[in-house]
Amino acid sequence: MSDGTDLTPRSRWLLLSPALAVLLFAASGPLLIVVIYSFLASGDYGGVVWHFSPDAWFSVVLERDFFTEQLGFADAHLSIFWRSIKLSFMTAVLTFIFGFPTAYFIATRPKEKRDFWMLLIMIPFWTNLLIRTFAIMELIRAEGTVNSALMALGIIDEPIQMLFTEFSILLGMAYVYLPLMVLPIYASMERFDFSLVEAGYDLYATRWQVLRRVIFPLVKPGVIAGSILVFVPSLGAYVTPRVLGGGKQLMLGNLIELQFGAGRNWPLGAALSLTLLAIVMVALILYVRAAGDDEVRHG
Amino acid sequence: MAKGFDIRRQTGFSTIAMACFVVLYLPIILLVVYSFNAGTSIAIWEGFSWRWYQTAWQNDQVQAATIRSLVIAAWAAGIATICAVLAALATTRQGSFRGYTFAFALINQPLMVPEIVTAVALLIFFAMIKVGTGYTGLFYLIIAHSAFCIPFAYMPIRARLQGMDLSLEQAAMDLYATPWQVFRRVTLPQLWPGILAGAMLAFVISLDDVVITEFVKSAGQDTLPTYMLGQLRRVVTPEVNAISTALLAISVILVIAFFFLSRTRK
Repeated sequence: MSDGTDLTPRSRWLLLSPALAVLLFAASGPLLIVVIYSFLASGDYGGVVWHFSPDAWFSVVLERDFFTEQLGFADAHLSIFWRSIKLSFMTAVLTFIFGFPTAYFIATRPKEKRDFWMLLIMIPFWTNLLIRTFAIMELIRAEGTVNSALMALGIIDEPIQMLFTEFSILLGMAYVYLPLMVLPIYASMERFDFSLVEAGYDLYATRWQVLRRVIFPLVKPGVIAGSILVFVPSLGAYVTPRVLGGGKQLMLGNLIELQFGAGRNWPLGAALSLTLLAIVMVALILYVRAAGDDEVRHG
Repeated sequence: MAKGFDIRRQTGFSTIAMACFVVLYLPIILLVVYSFNAGTSIAIWEGFSWRWYQTAWQNDQVQAATIRSLVIAAWAAGIATICAVLAALATTRQGSFRGYTFAFALINQPLMVPEIVTAVALLIFFAMIKVGTGYTGLFYLIIAHSAFCIPFAYMPIRARLQGMDLSLEQAAMDLYATPWQVFRRVTLPQLWPGILAGAMLAFVISLDDVVITEFVKSAGQDTLPTYMLGQLRRVVTPEVNAISTALLAISVILVIAFFFLSRTRK
């Protein structure tokens, strides 16, 4: 069809060129340099020495004993990998436990009210992540609101140490990423046909059976989408573990930063970044497979 | 409504949902409340005062960081929106074309690649350019922000463009309008709410960025969020609450405006 609004391939690329130029220069292009850097030797004072070396990739999981020269697993790195994956998984579970009923609640409101409830979910999401993390920090610090309240009520005598633990990181990440779980579940629930639930009850199903056997299977793509949308940014989280982990409970993002600051091993930092990217890509591919043609909703 | 068997009810779900809304807002509300505290504590209320807003306002570092944040956000939102409008025009009409997947993947890349990875990549890349050229100005931050703002500006503009009626453009063509006239007089006026929504979203995203800014900035180039991140290492006074509240206010206003702008198309 040619109705005059058609674009020639040339003018298409011309229109695309500013966006692609900016993205290639300041987003995608530099990633290739990271790949190159991960195969170089590290300089003594940061930066790199320009000759090939696979050391950085070995150091991601292995380390050479300082005295015996024996190769072993880099326990420090592995424990940070494990903590990142564990906490991200737990964040996804926690946001699901709270997010699923919330999405269900919103989807079962009258049509004209749903937008309002979704706006309430989205406002915190679009506000500064650092500020929301800081708000959690104020809540749980030793002289913070929760401890002050508990002490005033006489429930505890001494403040409970919540800040700078794995618990505080988990709490913070679940708090900041909760909207990412609610959004896709709500999107698939909104289209849900409740006459199916009625049919279930007609066939003497209990509420729990209806939930498990009728509702859940049909909104599963939304749940998978939500889990990935929460898991992926949790895995690469930097601000939340830095503020709430206080440099004691490192996650992958902080380990990467260390290589460019105090640690001064840029190739290792590059290799760690690419490892993180690889894990994220695997998660995203699983997501695309699971979600199928379901329109992906980003925020 | 008659009290009968409500098929939609699931025991406890409403309670959990309400708890969620309380939990989402309570920390933020407390943070805002304590920004008005007369005392130096962020947990013990000692009466109302504007004191910390004055302190923040008179703090030179805060002033400089605020201006820097706004300048970067304005440039980044402007560049990202222009790029996004052109890209949306190229990708939205008449289905796919050779290279569509590539272009689409590139535009959405900032949403998929973890921010810390992009931050590290930019640190390395810009360090090379800084050594090579000796230039260490705001350009690096502006271009980095522009890049990750593009997908956010692109989404509402594309959505608007997809919902638009092509027959008006065709009518203009039939009346011998040039492509530029069609764009200027027909497409642009209809697209305007989408463009505004995209620009506002990009502005908020740029204003809130921490990670990429933290890695890309040169010495003395703190934005408001990176300044706050530095402050959190010390003893925190309600001054940080006051700065947060101001930033929150800007974000919330823009997000609500965005919400209503992007809703009008339905």
